[in-house]
Amino acid sequence: MKTRLTWLVVLLCIVVVCCEAQDNEVVGTSRLDSMQYLRNVTVYGIRPYSEVVPAQRLTGKQLEGLNSHSVADAIRYFSGVQIKDYGGVGGIKTVDMRSMGSNHMGVFYDGIQLGNAQNGQIDLGKFSLDNIEEISLYNGQKSDIFQPARDFGSAGSIYLRTRRPKFAQGERDHLNVTFRTGSFGLANPSMRWEHKFSRHVSMALNAEYTYATGKYHFRYRKLFSDGVVAWDTTAVRNNGDIGSFRAEGALFGVMTDGRWNAKIYYYDSEKGIPGAIVNNVWKTAQRQWDKNFFTQGMFRKKLAERYELLASAKYARDYMRYWNPDTTLMYIDNKFWQDEVYVSLANKYTLARDWDVDVSVDYKWNYLNSTLVNFAKPTRHTALAAIATAYSWRRFKGQASVLYTHVNDRYTSQSGETVVKRHDKHLNKFTPAVFISYQPWLEHDLNFRAFYKRIFRMPTFNDLYYTDMGNASLRPEYATQWNVGAMYQHYNDESWFNALHLSADAYYNIVDDKIIAVPKGTGQYRWMMMNIGKVKIRGIDLTARLAFRLPQSVLIEGGLTYTYQRAQDYTHPEDCLDGGTYKGQIAYIPWHSGSATLHGAWRDLNVNYSFIYVGERYHNSANILANHEQPWYTHDLSASYEFKWRRVACKVTAEVNNLFNQQYDVIQNYPMPGRNYKLILKFDI
Amino acid sequence: MKKAIHIILVLGLLALVSCREEEFIFIPEEVEVSLPEFTSVQGLYLLNEGNMGSNKATLDYYNFNTGRYSRNIFAFANPSVPKEMGDVGNDLGIYGSKLYAVINCSNKIDVMDKMTVKKIGQIDIPNCRYIKFYGGYAYVTSYAGPVEIREDYKQLGYVAKIDTASLQVVATCVVGYQPDELDIVNGKIYVANSGGYMVPNYENTISVIDMATFKEERRIPIAINLHRCRADARGVLWISSRGDYYDTSSRLYAYDTRHQRLIKEFDCSVSNMWLDGDSLYVIGVQFSYVTMKNEVSFAIINTATLEQVSDRFITDGTDADIAIPYGVAVHPITKDILVTDAKDYVSPGRLLCYSNDGVLKWDVRTGDIPAHIAFLGNNENEH
Repeated sequence: MKTRLTWLVVLLCIVVVCCEAQDNEVVGTSRLDSMQYLRNVTVYGIRPYSEVVPAQRLTGKQLEGLNSHSVADAIRYFSGVQIKDYGGVGGIKTVDMRSMGSNHMGVFYDGIQLGNAQNGQIDLGKFSLDNIEEISLYNGQKSDIFQPARDFGSAGSIYLRTRRPKFAQGERDHLNVTFRTGSFGLANPSMRWEHKFSRHVSMALNAEYTYATGKYHFRYRKLFSDGVVAWDTTAVRNNGDIGSFRAEGALFGVMTDGRWNAKIYYYDSEKGIPGAIVNNVWKTAQRQWDKNFFTQGMFRKKLAERYELLASAKYARDYMRYWNPDTTLMYIDNKFWQDEVYVSLANKYTLARDWDVDVSVDYKWNYLNSTLVNFAKPTRHTALAAIATAYSWRRFKGQASVLYTHVNDRYTSQSGETVVKRHDKHLNKFTPAVFISYQPWLEHDLNFRAFYKRIFRMPTFNDLYYTDMGNASLRPEYATQWNVGAMYQHYNDESWFNALHLSADAYYNIVDDKIIAVPKGTGQYRWMMMNIGKVKIRGIDLTARLAFRLPQSVLIEGGLTYTYQRAQDYTHPEDCLDGGTYKGQIAYIPWHSGSATLHGAWRDLNVNYSFIYVGERYHNSANILANHEQPWYTHDLSASYEFKWRRVACKVTAEVNNLFNQQYDVIQNYPMPGRNYKLILKFDI
Repeated sequence: MKKAIHIILVLGLLALVSCREEEFIFIPEEVEVSLPEFTSVQGLYLLNEGNMGSNKATLDYYNFNTGRYSRNIFAFANPSVPKEMGDVGNDLGIYGSKLYAVINCSNKIDVMDKMTVKKIGQIDIPNCRYIKFYGGYAYVTSYAGPVEIREDYKQLGYVAKIDTASLQVVATCVVGYQPDELDIVNGKIYVANSGGYMVPNYENTISVIDMATFKEERRIPIAINLHRCRADARGVLWISSRGDYYDTSSRLYAYDTRHQRLIKEFDCSVSNMWLDGDSLYVIGVQFSYVTMKNEVSFAIINTATLEQVSDRFITDGTDADIAIPYGVAVHPITKDILVTDAKDYVSPGRLLCYSNDGVLKWDVRTGDIPAHIAFLGNNENEH
């Protein structure tokens, strides 16, 4: 009840203010250009847009204000997104956008996609926010045509942008040292050094070490219908420890009409895998090691009056080891190695003042090796070509693209160390996307938008070739999206009512030929991947964001997101009897979810409050009581204070997460932490 | 006015979303499925395995005398047990006044009163698999035997001997790798060793344990990856092999313990089987890499003549609706055939009751992966 009230108050404030804003409409141009905008540092997170359908974004202070350790924690504040979170500092966290499944998401790190050909999952819990400056989320694709072909290839994309060095006049070096500590035995020092070589070239080095015991108390209990406690158990979450090290180095360059960057990334971790909490089993012993390395570079330059070029390249190598030392279970010690080579060339040509054409060509090579018996050792060559055009006419903007994908998989049938047969498979696909937006009135920044996109995801190497369970005859899994929406924004630097941003989108998605595991033959743990799933998703995403500047230099900012989703399972039409799965809401997708954030700033003091709500769900498409999962919601609070000590800018932040100590599971039998604390000390020299 | 509308809208929105509530003990769902039937068999218990990690092993009860089916009765009967029955129910049996449920991934056997399902005790056995009873003792197979000190921690399985009065493990006997079903003939325990963790080096033997000394006497090679093991009245063991899921398919073997030799081999896939008099009901699922589909089979073998007498004991065509036949049982009096469908292993399954001539009488929704059936009132273990 308390939480319901809190939310009500927040909502009411926002609604009241919205009405006021509409009444005192100020006529004038609201189209700030990005330079002007950057100067205005008091308002953040709301930017003018060049894309047809702008992203949901979290940047700078707004991002800092959210009590988040990892990128996954921050993404929860976007609408239309669900996170699968297995709990704890080292727990796996994957993102599902608009219920299409996490394999349809593309995650881009400084402009280049993070790949995982093995299982298609990017664990966003692994990416700390320490070095991230901006997170943007696009439904469909980034509707900016000048991008690599791969950027056209996901049903939804998340762009992570690392911090760019910024130097004041005469400055050459920056040193930032941060230390985070708190619950779960967390020790998390990080260091960042920025150096300016010349007017054109600068560098950033960043290293971070995270250690956590991952221990926390969790509680399960059940009551009789009259409220008497039937059982009540509190235990400590075990085997959730993590030790990880991350180092990144980047060079940034600018030139006339162009810029470039190059970076190198290394991540190394060892962690326990805290399993499901089931009757009589309170701890597990499985462990996982990860090593990820990549190096990438980008070069972008306007080579002629009408011609601009973007070239990118990447090499990545990943290692993963999974180990089960529990002698009462099957002994497992599996190791996997992946390589990826990627090159891309995007060319933009301006045909007329309002008409751009882009041709992008990418090539990607993936290889997976493993210690699994009779492993297929697959290699995948992917060639992508995209043709895109963007046209604007008065207040109309349109964009269309076609992506051509050619995939060539080569793998072997092995018997021990001998190759029995070599296989070679080819696949050619064309997939389109169309984005339009229209601004009916020049004086109001109100835009209507719509998009259509059809895209597929390739079966992953695990889907295809995992020993025993893989199915080499799998076809791609398709996602088709229709979206209509509107966005309104209003800025006024003079008024106390500083900024308002509202958006609403309604969408209909179909996922067909969905790759799911189906039982195979005899024996419970035998599965086969098959193209039989079908899901239809109808949803609404709403967002609101506003900022006020009050007297006494008090700044208040609020954000609100709400998502409604009906994601129905159409896989088994015959399974429509009582307790059937047909047309049931798919696993772990709530009908209602949302978030609210409130930020207050006064001089050097910042206070943040954030609230996340995930409504009731079922852990299976059979929406029966036995499969019901309760709603969960957490309240997080943080306060920070900035001060100067000699020449060092210091910042102290204290966080309380899950303030009301709610005991909840995001995934059945994976208990989440209750109330927890964090202290962050930051020094800038 | 405008504000009022907004406030109403917001309140409406809030009404849609709901708060977290306390979790209550699951009240069994009772449904009427058939007409009452009065024989010495009062009812049947059905143990639903629940997918691994889901903690959804549940117990259902069908009362023949009322024709009513109760789903998920354990938690209500045992409200003080944290996390209910546990993870992956692997076997079920009634002996004396007690009902035993082997919960594989919860590493324990729940011992309940067979009438009230109230828990009497618990026997902790890691990775326990199947149970059989004889002469006041329960015998349980487990994968988690002593570990050989080797790089890959290979571990043999064992059979635990449990005193059904004290519910204590009184002796253990090491057998082969990953032992599954066991049965008892003439003072010997026969254990089907699978070697399921040793892929592709499966076991291919049954272990013979002398009950007097409780020592493994010898191994008898049968076929790879053995699973089921049931003895008929003539001392013939019906043993199933899972095959290797590739070139070697699942098969059924008849081993005569008196003459100590294999007497027959059947080319039929076996998921589960039930012995009723001279009829062995065999259900199977075989994945075909040609059609990329599961092919189901429902056969009856006459254990006296060693001939397959039926390859389709469901005659009304409803076998096509069964995705994954998983459990089978035959009513000791009416000879009705009960078949469970595990569907996709993650959503609720079904229990189907067929008359002995193969016509569907009734069916009902169960828990996840309905699998193991024990009849109450006419107990095979009490002879």
